[in-house]
Amino acid sequence: MQSWFKKYSLLLPLVVWLLLFLVLPYLYILIQSFYTTDSFGKTIPGFSIDSYQRAFSNSLYIGTVFRTLMYAVIVAFICIFISLPLAYFIAFKVKKNKTLLYTLIALPFWVSYIVRAYAWKIILGREGLLNEFLMWTGITKEPVEYFLYSTFSTIVCLVYILTPFVAIPVYTAFEQIPKSLIEAAKDLGAGSFTTFRKVIFPLALPGIISGGTFALVLTMGDFLAPLLLGGPNTLFISNIIQNLFGTSNDRPLGSAIGMLILLLIFLILQLAAHYEKKYSSLKSDTR
Amino acid sequence: MNTTWLKNFFICFSGIAVLVFLYIPLAVIILFSFNAETVNAFPIQKFSLHWYTVLFHDDELLQSVLASFIIAIISTIVALIIGIPAAYAMHKYSFKGKKLIDRIVLMPITLPGIVTGVAMLSFFPFLGVKISLTAVAFGHITFLCAIVVTQMLARFKRLDPFLEQAAYDLGATPTATFFKVILPNIKTAIIGCVLLCLVLSMDEIPVTFFLIAGNNTLPLEIYGMMRRGITPEVNAISTLIFIFSTAAILLSLRLTKEK
Repeated sequence: MQSWFKKYSLLLPLVVWLLLFLVLPYLYILIQSFYTTDSFGKTIPGFSIDSYQRAFSNSLYIGTVFRTLMYAVIVAFICIFISLPLAYFIAFKVKKNKTLLYTLIALPFWVSYIVRAYAWKIILGREGLLNEFLMWTGITKEPVEYFLYSTFSTIVCLVYILTPFVAIPVYTAFEQIPKSLIEAAKDLGAGSFTTFRKVIFPLALPGIISGGTFALVLTMGDFLAPLLLGGPNTLFISNIIQNLFGTSNDRPLGSAIGMLILLLIFLILQLAAHYEKKYSSLKSDTR
Repeated sequence: MNTTWLKNFFICFSGIAVLVFLYIPLAVIILFSFNAETVNAFPIQKFSLHWYTVLFHDDELLQSVLASFIIAIISTIVALIIGIPAAYAMHKYSFKGKKLIDRIVLMPITLPGIVTGVAMLSFFPFLGVKISLTAVAFGHITFLCAIVVTQMLARFKRLDPFLEQAAYDLGATPTATFFKVILPNIKTAIIGCVLLCLVLSMDEIPVTFFLIAGNNTLPLEIYGMMRRGITPEVNAISTLIFIFSTAAILLSLRLTKEK
């Protein structure tokens, strides 16, 4: 009895807090997604699937969901593509100062989002470093306007911000591969590329999938990069939600789209977990 | 022979290139923060601390720094008070719904910030929390709980179980055991966790974005400055943020790893 009381008194503050400030808010937007609005945008309680119907029938909404998903896939693949050599280099080529290099990739992970996004504004701007460099080398005569305030700059920024999220699990996966397996492949006459393709890559696949999923899901939910670096046509689904809760003032529709995003993210996470498990051959093989 | 050399060179080159990609933008900001001119262009003609002096006379910016500081400190303290006992209970006892609590506590990190933001924006008024800096603090406490619980749970798991047993055998009460035996042992982890929480709270945007009314926190003040156009003042404040967060994070990583 006494230990029962103690256990719950320790847990109670957290449980109450999470219930009030997290679970109920989440439940409330689920409920709000079935509400309607009057002509002034005021939310009217009720039960209507009107918001969901509008979300699915208007190409602005459903189209943007898929476009955002496509951008997220692109970002995830670029992140994986550049994380592989980085992680490979630190895991297999560096002998000294490994911890230092690992800290160097992990560090930007924690450093201010806004600072990292701002940097690209200086680099990609009309009078930015990239344009100056290109004009100095003579590759272009005029500054390239498209670099900043475009989908391009948004994707560059997201890749930059999310690469540490991908590089860390990929590096961890590389480090967990028993060195004996790699040596065995080499002894059997495999070149380094064959070893990578047939041994290292398959064994690291769960880590690669988990990193890629981070990038995918985080891009799906990002609304700042398009706001800060995107052009007039760069619209991610999160920007639509943000507008519906702001200037457009249609909270039920915003909630409905939010729910759709959560559902999509949930599906992506389930799928990723399934494939991570499917390809995790390492544990059973080395036992 | 020759090709192996080439391959090695290629791998090292591309690995280093990616590292450079990760750090060049930060280096650019730091360099330009010392630029005397208003235009961010190379080569830098004259170095000066001009933008740092501008910074320290910008009342709005200083106000936002103060707001962020207060929110970060209050949120961290409350999150520790709520989070540490819960993490301890989750470590020590097994009970129904433990997995569920584990899942729920992580939701503000795993789910997109925008959904958490609009959910809090919609529901907080029902709890009597007006959309203001107070609401921001409530929001921050909620996601910092996730950090505190996971970090402290990891620390409790590495704690020697015999330590607690020994305290009991010597006749210590559970409360005395916690304060005299366990707390001193997790002290460094707590400090590491505090630093992490402070940095995360000072940098948080997605949730803050929706809970703010009138008064800005530091990242949202910078966001506003960026929307108004490029001002080199942002270089200076960004450099300071980078230096302080880096120092705090490095210290935090060291402390949380300690035995």
